[in-house]
Amino acid sequence: MSFSPNIVGFACHWCTYTGADLAGSLRCKYPPTIKLIRVPCSGRVEPEFVLEALARGADGVFVGGCHFGDCHYKEGNYKTSRRMMLVKKLLEELGFEPERFRLEWISGAEGKKFAEVMEEYTEQLKKIGPNPLKGGE
Amino acid sequence: MRKIEINPITRLEGHGKITIFLDDNGNVDEAFFQVVELRGYERFLVGMPIEEVPRTVSTICGVCRGIHFTASMKAMDEIYGVKPTPTARKLRELFLNAHFVEDHAVVLYALGLPDFVVGPDASPAERNIVGLVQKVGVELGKEVLRKRACAVKIFEMLGGKPIHPVTALPGGWAKRLTEEERQEIEKLSEQLVELGKLTLQIFDDVILKNEKYMELVTGDMYKVVVNYMGTVDDQGRVAYYDGTQRVVDTNGNEIATFTGKGYLDYIAERVLPWSYLKMPYLKQIGWKGIVDGEGTSLYSVGPLARLNAANGMDTPLAQEAYEKMYETLKAKPVHQVLAYHWARAIELLNAAEKCLQLAKDPEITSPDTRVEVGEATGEGVGIVEAPRGTLIHHYKTDKKGIVKEANLIVATTHNKGPINLAIRKAAKHFIKEGKVDEAILNHVEMAFRPYDLCLACATHAVTKGTIPFQIDIYTPKGELYQSLKNF
Amino acid sequence: MGKKTIAFLLTGGCAGCEMALVDLADRLVDALEHLEVVWWAPTVADLKYKDLEDMPDKSIDLAFIDGMVRLSEQEHMVKVLRQKAKILVAFGACAALGGIPGMGNLHTKDEIFKTVYFDTFSTDNPDGVVPQTKYLVDGKYELTLPEFYDTVRAIHQVVDVDYFVGGCPPHHEFVAKAVEAIIAGNLPPKGSWITSGKSVCDVCPRNPANKGETRTPIKEVKRTIEGAPEEDKCLLQQGYLCLGPITQGDCGASCPKVGIPCRGCGGPIPGIKDFGARAISAITSLLKDEKTVEQLMEKYPTIAKLFYRYSLPSALINRRISR
Ligand code: SF4
Ligand code: SF4
Ligand code: SF4
Ligand code: FES
Repeated sequence: MSFSPNIVGFACHWCTYTGADLAGSLRCKYPPTIKLIRVPCSGRVEPEFVLEALARGADGVFVGGCHFGDCHYKEGNYKTSRRMMLVKKLLEELGFEPERFRLEWISGAEGKKFAEVMEEYTEQLKKIGPNPLKGGE
Repeated sequence: MRKIEINPITRLEGHGKITIFLDDNGNVDEAFFQVVELRGYERFLVGMPIEEVPRTVSTICGVCRGIHFTASMKAMDEIYGVKPTPTARKLRELFLNAHFVEDHAVVLYALGLPDFVVGPDASPAERNIVGLVQKVGVELGKEVLRKRACAVKIFEMLGGKPIHPVTALPGGWAKRLTEEERQEIEKLSEQLVELGKLTLQIFDDVILKNEKYMELVTGDMYKVVVNYMGTVDDQGRVAYYDGTQRVVDTNGNEIATFTGKGYLDYIAERVLPWSYLKMPYLKQIGWKGIVDGEGTSLYSVGPLARLNAANGMDTPLAQEAYEKMYETLKAKPVHQVLAYHWARAIELLNAAEKCLQLAKDPEITSPDTRVEVGEATGEGVGIVEAPRGTLIHHYKTDKKGIVKEANLIVATTHNKGPINLAIRKAAKHFIKEGKVDEAILNHVEMAFRPYDLCLACATHAVTKGTIPFQIDIYTPKGELYQSLKNF
Repeated sequence: MGKKTIAFLLTGGCAGCEMALVDLADRLVDALEHLEVVWWAPTVADLKYKDLEDMPDKSIDLAFIDGMVRLSEQEHMVKVLRQKAKILVAFGACAALGGIPGMGNLHTKDEIFKTVYFDTFSTDNPDGVVPQTKYLVDGKYELTLPEFYDTVRAIHQVVDVDYFVGGCPPHHEFVAKAVEAIIAGNLPPKGSWITSGKSVCDVCPRNPANKGETRTPIKEVKRTIEGAPEEDKCLLQQGYLCLGPITQGDCGASCPKVGIPCRGCGGPIPGIKDFGARAISAITSLLKDEKTVEQLMEKYPTIAKLFYRYSLPSALINRRISR
């Protein structure tokens, strides 16, 4: 049986989450690998959330926010982008493949983009295999 | 064959134990000193900016709190190709000398002197700092503690923290002294000089005037004939912060001098399958195994080794004491390990005198404590004398000063061979025909105590025993035959 | 009221935590009127397990452990002490968080052995020897060493811990207060940190908030060797990466007071699960733009060794993944 990755996604309520909804109503197909968690703004995603998801065995972690300039709270996604640069770096130092984490800006209108990203991300994770921490805890 | 384990002994850069093997007649066949801990600093320093290293390596040992810090700070100077400003250098020396006073005081009063003041055969319950205080008088005892606290105070004022300091900068020192602080330090330093004098006085009264003790100090059971290494200044006198490393052989002849990176030409460390600590030896003589006597490649470091390797002391009172020691013991080098305590008391006074000199120096309050740094040279060695002996830190970095490789040789590591020898010697001397008792236990303990394997001091301060340890003796069948403990 | 019995165990630490107690000097002596030290081992060893094992369970009122767990022997000892003690305190950064030696978790045991026993400049190892847990010297003397684990752990990852105290080591002024609280039986709920509850910034004389100023975005990240920080001005504000905002300030802001940034030895302020992760978020929130973040990564090429200086073993992901 082929490996089906488990992706935990944190999606901004104002954009990416709406985008995912749209993907659904447009009937754009995307794999059922993603479990989306709605957050008020991508800026609400603490590095701890990402680490915890991986520590609990997620094969990939996805964070989605509004395009620059569109954040409902003005600065939230800029902060996210700065933060996640260091999170990425940290995960690398901890020995994870860079693919374990993915950050995308997807607006509420980009349902198709959301589906495509999910499709592609799932394929990527299939290639690198399960989270090495899985079964550890 | 019977096997005896003394476990635990005490801490050093890790935990240690002694294992003694008896032959069929119950005499000592062989003895080993094992270090059972490793934390891997050399590996995880890699990737850190060099200026973060001093405050990090400080945690190698909480007793010699300022030493790894100082050695790595000096390596950092070299990595940035800078020299400390005159004021920064004085602040660093003041810091280091205060540390010497505080550390030597702990070791002497908690570890070394109780054996003599209370007596080597006294019950373990009395043979500690509390017993010592009772013997010399409570008032005097309290006085010693208060004076030692003065040194801790200076250390904290300069280092920023009372245990692991943080003020190292390349060529500099982050803490500047105000005139009020200088005055306070001067007063504190006067107390330190008093402490130094007092310590030598106690030494005089208790040990030098007691024939039985002098037998132990000058006898053969605690004699370990090895080479000695210490740092000397440009006039060949004992130095702690900086100078030239001098090695003398078993007869006191200079056989090597080096500085900085030159250590690699003279020292190598042998890996042993039965200990987490490597065993250093003099490279030019070559690895000869764990043997003493002429021709051995083992060497020791620390107070006695420093005095043995030097021509004298750089302060007047300490110089007097130095002359007296060699006159009394009528030999140089002195190979009796119990003389380590004497040398330690002399150094305590020396460091105290230096504190006072530095505290009086008007330049010490100058704001000129920093230098500009540019690109890193990529390599630096910092050698400094720890209370326990020569400490070497060696780093390679990239152009930005990020650590690529690190090598540390700590004082207790240099002494690993001699400690092993001292233990073997004492065990052979005191354990005969399978007879092992409490007094023997302490006599073996007295063999490694001069080398000052640190933590025990903390134990001494509050518990009733000395370094708590136990010897279990097993029959050849592995059954417990006898168990001795000192707590 | 009878004296409370206390015990101390040093595991994989540096003894600095115990020196902090020694530095209490006369105050420690006063405290000893209420406390009786029943066991204090500077080192741990298999033959002494018996003595502690012989004590009845829960017979020690209060036990302190300083140091992390790296060796089989340490693990065993921690477990025995837990059984004998009514209250167990993880004392200091090593015990409570993993401490500086916890950075070893970014490397495997093999890497550490390779560095220490093969690659270091002065190592002489012609026969490729590595220390063994059991070894027969000259074919007849059998010597043993405890096992060296691949991962460093904080005490609560080995046994239940009742209280945590931060600091590397805990500052002696604060220790005195904590000891007094313990003697008075004035203890917070189990599992708590014994802390003043203030951050380093809260007690820092450089804090802009204490002067009615607000924080502004940081335009340039600086290493401590770059220039001299302005007196009385927040270090972080000047670009020096100070972790004061998220660190417990029981030390009274020792480091910032001498112009050196905090590295977090006090442990996380209450409510933080993962110190390093929160440090990342606190610092990046203040950095002006992505360029500044890049600058940070360039100046501190291994960020885990900056943000997890004292706490990697207790992080959500607490070691480098080895395959
Ligand atoms: S917390 Fe710091 S002072 Fe305490 S044992 Fe660990 S390294 Fe030493
Ligand atoms: S960030 Fe550092 S310097 Fe600034 S107020 Fe906080 S503790 Fe003080
Ligand atoms: S300022 Fe930070 S690093 Fe310094 S002692 Fe306080 S908590 Fe520890
Ligand atoms: S509201 Fe969508 S990222 Fe801030």
